[in-house]
Amino acid sequence: MATQPEIRGIGHSVERKEDARLIRGKGNFVDDVKLPGMLHLEVLRSPFAHARIRSIDTSAAAALPGVVAVVTGELMAEHGLAWMPTLSGDTQAVLATDKVRFQGQEVAAVVAEDPYTAKDALELIAVDYEPLPALTSPQAALASDAPVIRDDKEGQDSNHIYHWESGDREATERAFGDADRVVSLDTHYPRCHPAPLECCGCVADVNPATGKATIYMTSQAPHAHRTLFAMVAGLPEHQIRIISPDIGGGFGNKVPIYPGYVVATAASLLLGKPVKWAEDRSGNLISTGFARDYHMHGELALKGDRMVALRVKMQSDNGAFFADAQPSKLRAGLFGIVTGSYDIPAAHVEADGAYTNKAPGGVAYRCSFRVTEASYLIERLVQTAAYEVGVDPAEFRLRNFIAPEQFPYRSATGFDYDSGDYAAAMQLALDKLGYEDLRREQAEAREQGRLLGIGLASFTEVVGAGKGKDYDIVGLRMFDSAELRVHPTGKAVLKLGVRHQGQGHETTFAQIVAEELGIPPEDVDVQEGDTDHTPYGLGTYASRSTPTAGAATAVISRKLRDKARELAAHKLEAAPEDLEWEPGRFFVKGSPDRGATIQELSLAAYSDLPDGMEPGLEGVHYYDPPNMTYPFGTYAVVVELDRGTGAWKVLRVVAVDDCGVRINPMIVEGQIMGGLTEGYGIAAMELITFDEEGNCIGSNFMDYLLPTSWETPKFELDQTVTPSPHHPLGAKGVGESATVGSPAAYVNAVIDALAHAGVRNIEMPLTSDKVWAALAEAGLAE
Amino acid sequence: MYPGRFEYFAPATLDEALSTLDRLGDEAKVLAGGQSLIPLMKLRFAAPAALVDINRIGGLDRLSEEDGELRIGALVRHKTCERSELLRGRLGVLGDAAPQISDPIVRNMGTVGGSLAHADPQGDWGSALLAADARVVAERSSGRREIPLEEFFHGPFTTALEPDEVITEVRVPDPGQKAAGTYLKLERKVGDFATVGVAVQVSFSNGSVSRAGIALTGVGPKNARATQAEQALTGAELDDDAIREAARLAAEDAEPRSDLRGSADYKRNVVRVFTERGLRTAARNA
Amino acid sequence: MAHVDTTAPEAAQTSPITRRVDVTVNGEPRSAEVEPRMLLAHFLRETLGLTGTHIGCDTTSCGACTVLLDGTPAKSCTVFAVQANGREVRTVEGLETSDGLHPMQAAFHQEHGLQCGFCTPGMMLTAIALLEENPEPSDDEIRWALSGNVCRCTGYQNIVNAVRSAAAAMREGE
Repeated sequence: MATQPEIRGIGHSVERKEDARLIRGKGNFVDDVKLPGMLHLEVLRSPFAHARIRSIDTSAAAALPGVVAVVTGELMAEHGLAWMPTLSGDTQAVLATDKVRFQGQEVAAVVAEDPYTAKDALELIAVDYEPLPALTSPQAALASDAPVIRDDKEGQDSNHIYHWESGDREATERAFGDADRVVSLDTHYPRCHPAPLECCGCVADVNPATGKATIYMTSQAPHAHRTLFAMVAGLPEHQIRIISPDIGGGFGNKVPIYPGYVVATAASLLLGKPVKWAEDRSGNLISTGFARDYHMHGELALKGDRMVALRVKMQSDNGAFFADAQPSKLRAGLFGIVTGSYDIPAAHVEADGAYTNKAPGGVAYRCSFRVTEASYLIERLVQTAAYEVGVDPAEFRLRNFIAPEQFPYRSATGFDYDSGDYAAAMQLALDKLGYEDLRREQAEAREQGRLLGIGLASFTEVVGAGKGKDYDIVGLRMFDSAELRVHPTGKAVLKLGVRHQGQGHETTFAQIVAEELGIPPEDVDVQEGDTDHTPYGLGTYASRSTPTAGAATAVISRKLRDKARELAAHKLEAAPEDLEWEPGRFFVKGSPDRGATIQELSLAAYSDLPDGMEPGLEGVHYYDPPNMTYPFGTYAVVVELDRGTGAWKVLRVVAVDDCGVRINPMIVEGQIMGGLTEGYGIAAMELITFDEEGNCIGSNFMDYLLPTSWETPKFELDQTVTPSPHHPLGAKGVGESATVGSPAAYVNAVIDALAHAGVRNIEMPLTSDKVWAALAEAGLAE
Repeated sequence: MYPGRFEYFAPATLDEALSTLDRLGDEAKVLAGGQSLIPLMKLRFAAPAALVDINRIGGLDRLSEEDGELRIGALVRHKTCERSELLRGRLGVLGDAAPQISDPIVRNMGTVGGSLAHADPQGDWGSALLAADARVVAERSSGRREIPLEEFFHGPFTTALEPDEVITEVRVPDPGQKAAGTYLKLERKVGDFATVGVAVQVSFSNGSVSRAGIALTGVGPKNARATQAEQALTGAELDDDAIREAARLAAEDAEPRSDLRGSADYKRNVVRVFTERGLRTAARNA
Repeated sequence: MAHVDTTAPEAAQTSPITRRVDVTVNGEPRSAEVEPRMLLAHFLRETLGLTGTHIGCDTTSCGACTVLLDGTPAKSCTVFAVQANGREVRTVEGLETSDGLHPMQAAFHQEHGLQCGFCTPGMMLTAIALLEENPEPSDDEIRWALSGNVCRCTGYQNIVNAVRSAAAAMREGE
């Protein structure tokens, strides 16, 4: 039931409530937190990628006036805190003890009265390193004679972390045997970084009098982090309060637990004072959760223009510690979605993870748990197949899409797609683009020596983790929660187990309550992030908030509405079944004047109840999703190449997204445009790389390049709406769709400009020199 | 993020600044716009014991034409150059370089003098001003001297300046009635340093080239002129063949290194392409 | 409880040399004694408690810390507080007056020009300076002027819309 404009529930572009403080510069970010007596922590990082630590001399640093403490791995070890568990069941060094295993690894820390002094003291710490050879690729790390990086782990005699498979190997082999053509692609999805504008940090305040630890933390998952802190630090969980205040962007960077948090908390515990750790950008880029670094070899088996099988072999570069932030049962995340939007009957995927002398991580940067990698691979393979088979890339996709009548669709790797209409989204994109005219324009331009390219990507996402039986993080099932209380005067407070970092939850979730209960969003206060005051949830990442906490909000709102019906029946002296609901009001069937507003009923919950009814109007719901949701869409990018320099310019981006029902269209579009920009950055310029010694290149913003307003293209957005059949609101989640789906569109566009000359692949990021090399090889360079 | 300690001086006059520099020698660095120096200090790659902030000294920020010469005070900000009519038209190489330096906010603070003194081989002003045949005026307590820009850059971040000298002005000669130029820069995004930059400034007389200035950014240990290319053009008509030949020679003059921005061959090719494009623009606009 | 070395030796140690800085911040005179090395960004955030100016990087690359120094956008992480002596600084906290929000703030809100809000203060200040010089900028001119302010959330399009909208509102003298 659509709400009136003045109530503004689902479908309204309600302006954001959180803006009020942010546009005034009155946000409360972690680095804004100032507590009496607060000290500052700075981390000393290893200059070597792999080295034994022979000794650490902290005496000069400790003697510097203003320095309160110097912490080393040895000190942490005395408290059992030199190592900590990761979200993938491995261990990670908090402060190095025996060896350093990646450049930038945390080696020691200084606590001082101010950060300038702390930094001065870092320079006085003398570490005696014995450098060791560094392994900077999974291939090198998995070679038989490679030195073992994780010699701290008993029984670890190689750099192999895991082997994972999905799909049906035999059926796939048979289909390949039967195929009349095989198209393959070897590609490396390079290491990149979420690089939110706010770095990570915390203020740890262990109160010596009460023993309570309050930790302000850049956390996308405060409850999970609290539980992990309890397990790691041995502090009783009910004595830990994690407050995730305003977060300046997360994108998955603020899901892992970093050594800085642990050292700051330990320091606060030992010193009895609040300790702030505010990471700098160099620390953020060199050590915190990077993204991707997946080496993929994909093959498509074709019969005519139909794809009949897909097989993929991957190697994952996980860095020195296996710290992927993903559901525990999924070593390669949700990569299995790699058959994408296509009806491919047989598929087999295998992945091997390797330790390398690099920072730990891999699952981050709006990847939906490795869906970015999978989506990129299939869309690049499909594009290649279209060229090889000689069919227009749009047409090829249309011929292979899963058809609407095939939903719910079980994929060859076991995913149950809830709903989709891929052809409709594609057709809308093509119409907006004027695709046929563009193809003509491309051909004409080619005659004049100009190279235009049109790139497509028709992605299917899988988000909303997830059903507890299948999805857990370190054993904590991935349900989520909503607690709703309506006050006597009809105002409400909604508390959630998720935690936004700019996605607009304070507005969007209020709109859900508005939809279900008719209380205007202005009258619904949405609270997240404080573990003392919100119900347990697994946090915000992997586009899961709307699918899980959004569903929980709808369910609990409906429960309260059911109670409101009983209250209305009592108040109006009618039978509950004789009442009708319109947004914000129950009325007696046939006598619309006889009614009661939700505000009146809220008051009644405290003042005028039927006998036997529990007072109050509140409740909490923990929602265990029955399935994932599958947003999808088609992105189209048009580019022109400079034949003299290889530079390419994006002329148009058309993005058609289908995320089911859109709660706040304005916010949804904002998420999409942000993702299209990240996709552009990843395709064009973002890269963390290493030299043979393991030195990290890309650990500051001069080397790790982010698109500015000047390079970033304009976006033309549109939508189709295919609701999720199992979600209470029909909504699917959208936060990551564009980051997942768009890199292939940009890359396909550049390739498309050169495909006529036989070019099939250029590795990301498509910097001008690489494009120029392809031009030169194709005989097209100026 | 947090620089080391230093003593800070903010002299009100040039004399005061120069005598402070006399006293401190190479312990001190001059602070102009700070957009190159302060980032180095924050990373602790530079840790001068003292900074002499010259921003309060009057008269160093004048941008004017005098005796036919363009005079750019050392403290003239990049942004001022971006907006000035004096750097357009016949001295287009300068007007086209200014807006491409770093990003718009850095351009508000960064100075022409500071940029030259910093002598980054990937700096833009050095090449643009080399192409325009500029001279640097350097002063010390004991006097002043003029240094042609060709003699000014010694190597990466190394110049002819002595520790007690301060650049006070840059002087650009009149390019003549018929002249044009431009600056082409390939960068990976706004704010990045140049992958390759080519500055072109051509003066004509009687239908042929009387003076050609071609200077290169990012393809050698310092901003440098493509002298073979310049010589081939001098006295010639700026036609297609001459342009192509000059571009070929400029690529030869370049000394690029292979790195993440591209291979040496790639950069050489960009030099060639940009020189060609720059010369065509000059031919069109003169 | 393990021993943590927290004692300092008796050695003679001079306290750091400080300089007095007098700055007008958002129209109010503010003074403090600071070390010359203190960055203007830290002076604003820590000494004056104006935490609306944010720090996003350590290589002068992102523009999150942008303030108006004598009306001109400057990255406050690349200016020493002592350099601001005798000058005027305007931060995001100085935008709202008793008459209400600055049209730029209102426009950012209406046009959904912010998501996490971290780049927003610097972005708005740069845009305000742009409109001072150029009251009717084209979209390209807006994008060019903002190319020193990085945003990771919005994709810039709504920011451009916000600046355009603010420009129109300010031209009408709202």
